Amino acid sequence: MDLFEYQARDLFESYGVPVLAGLIADTPDEAKAAAEKLGGTVVIKAQVKVGGRGKAGGVKVVHNADDAYTAAEQILGLDIKGHVVGRVMVAAGARIAQEFYFSVLLDRSNRSFLSMTSVEGGMEIEELAVERPEALARIEINALEGIDLEKATEIATAARFPEELIGKVAPVIVKLYEVFQMEDATLVEVNPLVLTEDGDIVALDGKVTLDENAAFRHANHEALEDKAGADPLEAKAKALDLNYVKLDGEVGIIGNGAGLVMSTLDVVSYAGEKHGNVKPANFLDIGGGASAEVMAAGLDVILNDPQVKSVFVNVFGGITACDAVANGIVGALATLGDRATKPLVVRLDGNNVVEGRQILADRAHPLVTVVDTMDEAADKAAELAHAAA
Amino acid sequence: MSIFLDENSLIIVQGLTGSEGTKHAGRMLASGSKIVGGVNPRKAGTTVEIEGTTLPIFGSVAEAMSSTGANVSVIFVPPAFAKAAVMEAIDAEIALAIVITEGIPIHDSAEFWAHAVAKGNTTQLIGPNCPGIISPGKSNAGIIPSTITGPGPIGLVSKSGTLTYQMMYELRDLGFSTGIGIGGDPIIGTTHIDALRAFEADPDTKAIVMIGEIGGDAEERAAAFIQANVTKPVVAYVAGFTAPEGKTMGHAGAIVSDGAGTAQGKKEALEAAGVRVGKTPSETASIMREVFAAL
Repeated sequence: MDLFEYQARDLFESYGVPVLAGLIADTPDEAKAAAEKLGGTVVIKAQVKVGGRGKAGGVKVVHNADDAYTAAEQILGLDIKGHVVGRVMVAAGARIAQEFYFSVLLDRSNRSFLSMTSVEGGMEIEELAVERPEALARIEINALEGIDLEKATEIATAARFPEELIGKVAPVIVKLYEVFQMEDATLVEVNPLVLTEDGDIVALDGKVTLDENAAFRHANHEALEDKAGADPLEAKAKALDLNYVKLDGEVGIIGNGAGLVMSTLDVVSYAGEKHGNVKPANFLDIGGGASAEVMAAGLDVILNDPQVKSVFVNVFGGITACDAVANGIVGALATLGDRATKPLVVRLDGNNVVEGRQILADRAHPLVTVVDTMDEAADKAAELAHAAA
Repeated sequence: MSIFLDENSLIIVQGLTGSEGTKHAGRMLASGSKIVGGVNPRKAGTTVEIEGTTLPIFGSVAEAMSSTGANVSVIFVPPAFAKAAVMEAIDAEIALAIVITEGIPIHDSAEFWAHAVAKGNTTQLIGPNCPGIISPGKSNAGIIPSTITGPGPIGLVSKSGTLTYQMMYELRDLGFSTGIGIGGDPIIGTTHIDALRAFEADPDTKAIVMIGEIGGDAEERAAAFIQANVTKPVVAYVAGFTAPEGKTMGHAGAIVSDGAGTAQGKKEALEAAGVRVGKTPSETASIMREVFAAL
């Protein structure tokens, strides 16, 4: 889960990472009030989970409360790369002497953590990494050892911070690592980390990604979820504990196992090329134990998607054998009753496949077509979606 | 022969007394695996009866190993307690630990991996978030259904559980030396490369199927490894060609970020290493048939 900048700022503050005052505002009036409260020069910053908001006009420096109102009016509602701004942060202005970069993140390749630090901040890190790789100090972090003051000093030195700043930067790096570790983050990035003209080190903009697998030990994380910004179907699926991602197509997909469902999306996309370019409408993995209840919940979510014209149920009977899955489908259709309105193409393979197909044949539901192979079933589902579109 | 797991493997189950542990221990026993006990500190000294077999429960992995000679542990412990269980298996220096548990926090996996490395990788870890490993006809450690296929000349390594089953099913007439699901998490123990190296050295494996998916660079690394070290034919499949950027596709590790980790990039890397890549599971299976027939 990615956090908004203001959420990262608040998290940083709670760990003692130096940040500037910042207040959130959902309307121009609130922005004006916030600017009055902070006084002096403030920065109005769009709160969107996407980079490049400065270039898109999502960040404005203003010098009084009236201008804060106008700036917020311009920024709220702005579409930045498909993200509509619903909230701004009104941040205290800073007189910046120098900009730096720091991040600590999960490093899959080395199966550990990695810190990246540079005295050349402000730039997008991807650009810096390509254009001036020598300016980026990459130091591996052992997950059991973490970053203590000694390690932080090593990092700051490797990044070629001036001697007199190392003593100031290192403790901030230690605190940022505390955020990373204590909050179960997979990314903590500060860009820019700045030196103010007053000689203070301040985290001016923060990006934090939290590990959803660790939610069970962080009671505070649920409140950080962007429920308003979530797709309503994704929110419904999440409430039902389903692994669902909304996509932009016409063929609803249900399968068991993440890999098989990903593969199903591909096969349906290929099949769609022959049928009016229809595409998968979603990713939905109902997991190994495909009970009637889970199947019904999944079908319910998918059938509620107005874009969906046909549904492809692709199940490999492993742990849960095909007869159980077939009973699940029959049960789900009974539960849904009149709400089941779109054609279903079902492909079953694996354990007890003969029994499973027999159960569906016996039920002979008018909406259900059983097809033997994954490729043929994808083709049928794409054809039906195209016909109904 | 087979890799990592054979008829001499003596298996303990950490979390045997939990519902998942009990259910899958029953399936493993039914498929002929030699399970010799379970671990649960709160139930040490008791026994459980599964599939007509009486299994002793030990207080620790070390105790279970010294009493039974176990060399493999299958871990079904829930996410909140999984790190401690894996650390214990590593400390006991069991040869192979298979972590089935899904949903382990990444910081915990990073810590137990760092611990395994610090101990000199005495324990080979498979997983987490994986279906385990099966050497058909010999032993089955994990949740892969044993009835899909029998023994044969194909080796299989995959990030995904159900795609492992699907591919085993498609090629069930050929059969498999070993099928191993390495798991879909961002940090895993045994990698594609570890499995490829072992299959290359295994005289009973004649050809290898490798299944990857979006996210990370494991497939690209595997491609480089194959080019330099693997003489047996490798056929690959990559899932997630049509996955949108920035969205996690079910597996925590399956995400395309900033254009890296795409299925297309992985396919190109594999093909550049001389690996034939199927567009779908069934096409991959037919390529394997063709490759195998030409051997």
